[in-house]
Amino acid sequence: MVKVNGEAKDIAGKSIAEYLATTSYDMRRIATELNGEIVPKAVYADTVLADGDSMEIVSFVGGG
Amino acid sequence: MNNDKLIIGGHEFQSRFILGSGKYSMKLIEAAVKDAGAEIITLAVRRANTKEHENILDYIPEGITLLPNTSGARNAEEAVRIARLARELGCGNFVKIEIMRDSKYLLPDNVETVKATEILANEGFVVMPYMYPDLNTARDLVNAGAASVMPLASPIGSNKGLATKEFIQILIDEIDLPIIVDAGIGRPSQACEAMEMGAAAIMANTALATAGDLPMMASAFKQAIEAGRRAYLSGLGRVLTRGASASDPLTGFLRD
Repeated sequence: MVKVNGEAKDIAGKSIAEYLATTSYDMRRIATELNGEIVPKAVYADTVLADGDSMEIVSFVGGG
Repeated sequence: MNNDKLIIGGHEFQSRFILGSGKYSMKLIEAAVKDAGAEIITLAVRRANTKEHENILDYIPEGITLLPNTSGARNAEEAVRIARLARELGCGNFVKIEIMRDSKYLLPDNVETVKATEILANEGFVVMPYMYPDLNTARDLVNAGAASVMPLASPIGSNKGLATKEFIQILIDEIDLPIIVDAGIGRPSQACEAMEMGAAAIMANTALATAGDLPMMASAFKQAIEAGRRAYLSGLGRVLTRGASASDPLTGFLRD
């Protein structure tokens, strides 16, 4: 299982690009972090998710 | 006045009003930016939501500088992490450091803020740290590479005004960086007063978000900030410690 924003998902073995393709995130508006390290968009296709990984997907929201 | 620019980390701004974007409808952002005359707007970073397709970036007009904050960070390490993610979102390298250990009063942790400032300034960020107005911390922030110092006027979201006035004045007098009063400013008159004192800019969010008519309040703040700036540049008139000073001629009275 891979944790995505705190939620366990059965996506081990997929690349980040493959996983994101199954979601409705706006690719222009997100940044991702895998096990605490930022993953540049250029390597989404080459970064394969493994069992036990933890991924964060973030975007901007209103704030002060 | 046209040559009077706010310079932060080598970037020039005409406006001295930094606008927050929290706690109100994204649909009001464009009007708020326009009526505030703002050139900088703050944002927060949070887990992305796939269900909500509206993104705040779609509502911010072109040419506005984004100032992501590190809200949610409880220490320097978390602030650095959020700042790096914000930069990865691809909207520039400005960051407002905001580190809070205290969830009741939301007071910034000055020690952790200095640590995060040093790390992020070394990574090329334009670092704008939110802090409790303390001269020693402000000096540490200068040495750590901050591009401005953002002391709080009163607790975040309180609209209580310049509770820390005397200490902000010390920062204005002693620190050779723009002092931007952030948090607690609730009324245009308070923003004006801070500008008269020599603050470089005002950051406001809740004062607008909780106002009756947000864009109208944005324009009221804009005018107050400009008035305060002009007053500061002109030099305020002196205050008498005692007595009075006539404004009218002391000769030619219609008597005797």
